[in-house]
Amino acid sequence: MQLASGVDPQLADLSNKLIYSAMAVYTIAMFAHMFEWTFGSKGAVAVRSKEQSGSLAETVAAAEAKGTKKVTVTVARAGGGTTTLTRTALAGAGATVVTSGRGEDEVDGPGAAGSSEKADLAGRIAVSLTVLAALLHVGGVIARGLSVSRWPWGNMYEFSCAFALAMTAAYLVLLAAKKNVRWLGLPVTVAVLLTLGIATTVLYTDSEQLVPALHSYWLAIHVSTAIFCGGAFYAAFIATLLYLFQDSYHRRVEAGAYEYLKPGAARAAGRQQSDFRTGLARVRVSVCNRLPAASTLDKLSYRINALVFPLWTFTIIAGAIWAEAAWGKYWEWDPKETWSFITWVAYACYLHARATAGWKGRKAAYLALAAFACWLFNYYGVNIFVTGKHSYAGI
Amino acid sequence: MSNTTTETELPPASDDAEAERLSTAPVESDGPTGIGVFGWLRWMWRQLTSMRVALILLFLLSLAAIPGSLIPQNGQNQFKVETWKAQHTTVAPIYQKLQLFDVYSSIWFSAIYILLFVSLAGCIVPRTWQFVGVLRAQPPAAPRNLTRMPVYAAWRTGADADTVSAAAHRLLRKRRFRANLAGGAVAAEKGYLREVGNLLFHLSLFALLGGFGWASLASGTGGKLMVEGDGYSNTITQLDDFTGSSFYTSDDLDPFFLKLKGFTAKFQDKGDQIGAARQFTANVEYYAGDDASKLRQGTIEVNHPLDIGGSKVYLIGHGYAPVITVRNSNGDVVYTGATPFLPQDANLTSTGVVKVSDYGMGPKGTKTQLGFSGFFLPTAPVSFEGTGPVSLFPGDAAPELVLNAFEGDLGTDSGLPQNIYQLNTRKMTQLTQDEQPAKARLKPGQGWTLPDGYGSVTFEGYKQWASFNVSHRPGNEIALTGAVLAILGLIGSLFVQRRRIWVRAVALPEGGTLVELAGLARSESAKIAEELAELAVDLQDDAPAADDESDTGDAGTEDPPTDDPEADGDPEAPEAPADPAAPADQNSKE
Ligand code: HEM
Repeated sequence: MQLASGVDPQLADLSNKLIYSAMAVYTIAMFAHMFEWTFGSKGAVAVRSKEQSGSLAETVAAAEAKGTKKVTVTVARAGGGTTTLTRTALAGAGATVVTSGRGEDEVDGPGAAGSSEKADLAGRIAVSLTVLAALLHVGGVIARGLSVSRWPWGNMYEFSCAFALAMTAAYLVLLAAKKNVRWLGLPVTVAVLLTLGIATTVLYTDSEQLVPALHSYWLAIHVSTAIFCGGAFYAAFIATLLYLFQDSYHRRVEAGAYEYLKPGAARAAGRQQSDFRTGLARVRVSVCNRLPAASTLDKLSYRINALVFPLWTFTIIAGAIWAEAAWGKYWEWDPKETWSFITWVAYACYLHARATAGWKGRKAAYLALAAFACWLFNYYGVNIFVTGKHSYAGI
Repeated sequence: MSNTTTETELPPASDDAEAERLSTAPVESDGPTGIGVFGWLRWMWRQLTSMRVALILLFLLSLAAIPGSLIPQNGQNQFKVETWKAQHTTVAPIYQKLQLFDVYSSIWFSAIYILLFVSLAGCIVPRTWQFVGVLRAQPPAAPRNLTRMPVYAAWRTGADADTVSAAAHRLLRKRRFRANLAGGAVAAEKGYLREVGNLLFHLSLFALLGGFGWASLASGTGGKLMVEGDGYSNTITQLDDFTGSSFYTSDDLDPFFLKLKGFTAKFQDKGDQIGAARQFTANVEYYAGDDASKLRQGTIEVNHPLDIGGSKVYLIGHGYAPVITVRNSNGDVVYTGATPFLPQDANLTSTGVVKVSDYGMGPKGTKTQLGFSGFFLPTAPVSFEGTGPVSLFPGDAAPELVLNAFEGDLGTDSGLPQNIYQLNTRKMTQLTQDEQPAKARLKPGQGWTLPDGYGSVTFEGYKQWASFNVSHRPGNEIALTGAVLAILGLIGSLFVQRRRIWVRAVALPEGGTLVELAGLARSESAKIAEELAELAVDLQDDAPAADDESDTGDAGTEDPPTDDPEADGDPEAPEAPADPAAPADQNSKE
C-alpha cells in the first residue's frame, strides 16, 4: 500500500494539462461536427434513395454475374410497412447481406453530412480530431493514475474524466466496427465536453492518495463497471431523445405540418409563420431527414439499455459485497445505495414495459428518460446534496 | 395480451395464436369472469399477477424508496434523526406517524414489496409449469398462412416436397433447433434459454429476499472500543453495546478473544487534502472459542475485517487515549490509566472526561471525588486565541492535553448507568484559581498541581484506541447465490432470442413444389431475417429455385433485384415472395 507521500506532482500536473488539451481538441471537433450538420443541410433526401438503390443493384449484379444462390426475405416492420432482405451466397466469397427499405418513414437518413462533400470532409476531420482528443484524454487519465500509483477513479473529478472517456471510447468503437454512427459525433462531443467541463470546474480535486475506505480491489471492479454503465446509459439516453425528436417529426409530417415548406406549396401558409419559425422548421426537416429512422433509434436505445442492465445489476451487487467488507452490512439504504436501487428498478420497469406490457414507443421512451434521470441524480445529486457513507475525498 | 389485428384481417385461429406465443407471460384479462365472490376473487388474483400490476408495483417501489434517501433514517443515524426532529418541530410528528424515519421497515414500503413478491410468485409458478409443458411438447405446428409471419421467404423448386421437408428438418437440426417434421411441414424452435433465464432471474429474486430476511432475523452486532494493550472476551458483559434479533440473542454470542496490540494511523501531510486519512491498521491477537493456546496474530483494516468463529470484526473508528495519573492531597496515586477521548472533527480534536471516584479524603477533610473534562489535541496550535482548543492536524505532531477540574459528587454511586464520556456536574464545583476556572495545558510528561491542595495530575503520555463492530450475519451466502443466479438469468433472458422457424413444402397442381419459410422472434431482433435467409440459401442446395419468375405481389415495384431484367436469364434467379401480403402487425406476436 502506498503511503501519504506517494504523489508524483509532475505526473499530476501533466495529467491536468492533457485533460485541458483534450477538452480543447474536443471543442474543435464539436465545431467541425457543427459544420458538418450545417453544410450537409442541402438535398439530403433526394440523394439518399439513389445511393441506396445504387449499392443494392451493384451488389445484386455482382452476385448474379457469378451465378449464385440468392434469397429475398420479406420482413414486416412494426409500423406496418415491409422491407426486404436479400442474401446472396457468392461462390467461395461468403455471404453478403443486402437490406433495402420500403415505406418512406422507415428509412434511415444518410447521416449528418447528407450529400455534401464539404460536410463529409468536415465530418471526417471531426472524427480524426475526436480520436486525437481521446488519445490526449487517455493520457490524462493514465497520468493521473500513475501519479498516485492507483486506479484513477477515487473521487468525482477522476470518476467524471473516466466516464467521459468511456463515452468517447464507446462511440469510437462503434465507428471502428463500421457502424453508421457518425451522426452521434455531435451529441457525444457535446456530452463529453459538458462532463469534463463540470469535472474541471466544480468537481476538481488535486491528485492524492485515497482514504482507507477506498483501499480495496473492489474500487477497480465496482467503480469501473459503474463508469461503463454510466457511459452506456448516457448513449442510450441520447438515442432515446433523438427517437422522441424524430418520432414527433414524423407525426407532424403526417399531420401535414411541413407542407408549406415544399417548393411548390402556396406561400400563403408560409407567410402566416414568422421567418424565424419557418427557418427553425427548415432546420428541423433537414436534421430529421439526415438522422436514422425513428424505429432504428428506438431499437438502438433499447439494445444499449438491455445490454447494460445486467452489468448495472452486477455493479450494484459488487457494491453490496464491498459494503459488506467495509461496513459489515451489504445493504444499509445509504443514499447512494438507495438511488442505485431506484435506478435499477426504473430500468427494470422500462424493460418490463417493453417486453410484456406492450408499452412500446413513446411511453416506453419516457420511462427510459425517467430511469436515466434517476441515474443522473444518483451521480451528481446524491454526491453533492446528500451526505452518506459514499462521501469521500471532498466530493 | 390481446391480439391487435387490423380490420381487414381475420383473427388467427386458436392454433395459430399458440404458434405466435413466444413467451409464457400471462395473458391479460379484461374483466371479472364468472360470478359471485369466487369470480371476483379470481379476477383480483388475475389482476394482481398481471404484468400491468407488476409494472405499477415496480414503479411504486422505486417511488417509495425516494423519501428514505432524503430524510434521515433511524436505521442509519439516530443522532441525525434527533437533530432533524429538533429543527423541524412542526412536521416531525407527522413524519413520525407516516414512518418517514423508518421508510424501509415501514408498513407502506413493506406492503409494496410484499405485494410485488406475491404477484411475482403468482406469475412465476404458473409460468414455470407452462414452460415445462412447452419443453415436453413439440414446437407448435406451422400456422396455415405463413405469409402472416414477420419474416417470410418462398420460391418454387423442381425437387419434390418430401425431399425438401427432410432437408429442411436436417438443416434446422444442424442449426441446433428443436425441429419436428409432421404433416408436410417442419416446425422448429430455438432459444429456450431465454425463458429459462427469465424464470431463473425472477426465482433468484426470492433467494435474495430470503437472504435479506434471514439476515434480519438471525443477525446481531456489538460494539467494542479498546485502547492499545486491551483485550476482551466476546460476551455481553464485556461488549460496550449489542443489538440482537429473534434468533441471535446475547446468549448466542460467538465465543472468542480479541486483543488490540497496536494501532497505526497515517495521514496526508501536505497539499489540498492535508489531514485526510491514508492508512488505519489495527494489529490484533485473537483466538476463537476458549482455547487460549490457539492464539493468532492478525490485522484489521477498513475493508479488511477479521473473521473469528462465526463473527466478523470491523474497524470502524479510532482516536487517542491520554494516560494520566492523579494523586490526592496526600500524594497517593488514586487514578492512573488511559482514557479514550472522542474525536469531534476531522483533525481529531478530541473531548473526554476522567472520573476519579476513589479519591478519598479531600483537603477539607470530607470524602470527595474529582472529575476532569478536557480536550486532547494531537497537533495543538501555539495559541488558542480566537479559536479555542482545536487540533490542526489529525496526526500526533504536537500533542497537548487541556483540562478543567471539578470537585464533588460524580454521581457514580447512585447505581444508575452513566455515560463514561460525560461528566455530570450538577453536584460538582469547578476548581478555580485567581477567581478564574482552573485550567491547564499539558504536554506529555508535564504535571499540574491542582489549586486548593487537591493534589496533582500528570499527563504521562497517550495511546491510541480503536473501535470495532462485531457482526454476526448469516444469510449472506444465500443472498450472494441469489445475486449471481439473477445476473446469469438476466443474461439469458436479455441476450438469447427465442425464435421459431417453419418450413412448408407443398406440391403445386401445375407441377413443382412451393417452398415456404417463415420465422417469428421477439420484435427487438432483426437477426431472425438473416437466420431465415441463411437457412433458405442452404436449403437451395436441395431445393434449387426454378428459373421462372412469378412475381405476383407488389414487391417488385421498388425492389431492384426482382425488377432486374437480367435476372430472367439466370438459372438461379431469385424468386420474389409468392404472396407478400401485408403481414400482421408485429405487436400481436407478444
Ligand atoms: C421483483 C421485481 C421484478 C423485477 C426486478 C423484474 C425484472 C424483470 C426483468 C429485468 C425482465 C427482463 C425483461 C426482458 O426479458 O426483456 C423481466 C421480464 C419479465 N418479468 Fe419481471 N421483474 C419483477 C417482477 C415481476 C412480476 C411480479 C411479474 C409477474 C407478474 C414479472 C413477470 C415478468 C415476465 C412475464 C417477464 C418476461 C416476459 C418475456 O419476456 O417473456 N416480473 N422482469
